[in-house]
Amino acid sequence: MILERVRALMSEGVADRVLGWEAGESAYDRTPAFFNSENLDNLKYDSFCGCNVSKYLVAEMPKEGKIIALIKPCDSYSLNQLCTEHRVNREKVFALGVGCRGKIDVEKLRAMGVKGITDIAEDGDMLKVTTLYGEKTVARRDALLDKCLCCKGKEHKGVDEVIGESEETTVGDKFGMVAKLEAMTPDERFAFWRSELSKCIRCNACRNVCPACSCVKCVFDNPNTGVANKAAADDFEENMFHIIRAFHVAGRCTDCGECSRVCPQGIPLHLLNRKFIKDINELYGDYQAGEEIGQRHPVIDFTKADAEPSVVHQRGGAKA
Amino acid sequence: MSVNEKKDWTPTIVAFCCNWCSYAGADLAGSGRMSYPANVKIIRIPCSCRLNPMFVLRAFQRGADGVILCGCHPGDCHYSTGNYYARRRMTLLFSMLDYLGIERSRTRVEWVSAAEGAKFAATMNDFAKTITELGENKKLGDLRCKE
Repeated sequence: MILERVRALMSEGVADRVLGWEAGESAYDRTPAFFNSENLDNLKYDSFCGCNVSKYLVAEMPKEGKIIALIKPCDSYSLNQLCTEHRVNREKVFALGVGCRGKIDVEKLRAMGVKGITDIAEDGDMLKVTTLYGEKTVARRDALLDKCLCCKGKEHKGVDEVIGESEETTVGDKFGMVAKLEAMTPDERFAFWRSELSKCIRCNACRNVCPACSCVKCVFDNPNTGVANKAAADDFEENMFHIIRAFHVAGRCTDCGECSRVCPQGIPLHLLNRKFIKDINELYGDYQAGEEIGQRHPVIDFTKADAEPSVVHQRGGAKA
Repeated sequence: MSVNEKKDWTPTIVAFCCNWCSYAGADLAGSGRMSYPANVKIIRIPCSCRLNPMFVLRAFQRGADGVILCGCHPGDCHYSTGNYYARRRMTLLFSMLDYLGIERSRTRVEWVSAAEGAKFAATMNDFAKTITELGENKKLGDLRCKE
């Protein structure tokens, strides 16, 4: 259905290329890709297309012509944010909203003990997984990506057209884990973050995938920062990289969850971003980045009645 | 809160002071012969909003036990609005440092005008006392920067 609509749009001359997903090496692997009218048949959209493709539009902006971008509801926030920051020219993009029922995380299947996966088929709310050791059936909701458990809703924000139905897949509280960490003592929190951040191999995947992290020149590309060394000489580098990475996207982070999804070490990086989001919501009023184009985010804004920084000392949680 | 047991240890404190107010405030404290700890290292910045979050982390990396930012009172910024931005940024940054386990008392923001020499000295004395009680910063220090 999506393929037909994309073809029709292209034959109408709306755009000359398409940004979507194609099959990767394995049955459940989906890679972002650009298509033209010749290789359009390779376009795939199914429950494995968890990747947020909006950032790929940035590099396309200097080129001629218009692009059809397949946008899931949560990706539409990132697209709007990129347009707000003038990284993407909205006029050069035809945003085609595609339905989403939550995307599948193969790592979660593996964690359940389903090994040797050769194929995964969907059957309503169940997944039929074919493995080297026989067939297994798993509930779809048990294998959703973490980011889908904090779904931003089924509504596409500011797309040109929507195809297909979406479902909200939220389970539990978005800030539950952040609040749990806040309630710990500083030493416990430090131990938690050390155990997570010490896994960092500085592959830069979190930085490169992040739609908010779209600077051409990055502070971490400066060799003098010391964060790009062959091996981390000290835990300071990991701490600094992750604090600054999260700080640079504070207020612009749409909570798309890509940083945690791509982390090869499984570090819950979204918990750093969510801390900023939680603080911003509590101190400066509820704010969702990317809800519409042209928002002024709270970190580049102020009011005269803002809380004093000492509020950090007064707020709840463990005493220090 | 860890209690400082080493009696001979004195904390290193980095104070980022706005050129237009707190830096002059520190001068006034000096010319008024008010005493504040000698281990407060003042770094002059053109405005409190010049304070890049990286500066705070770098200070901790290189052995600071506490970092304090002093700027003009809200509404009195030499550049009209700089300290309003600094206020939001530092609130978020310090909250994040606290979230990562760096005790929240190690970081502070105070508004000190050029006329408030006494406030400057009192603030520094109080901050040095807090940091002395907290003890050495071991969490964000870098081994390579040890003397």
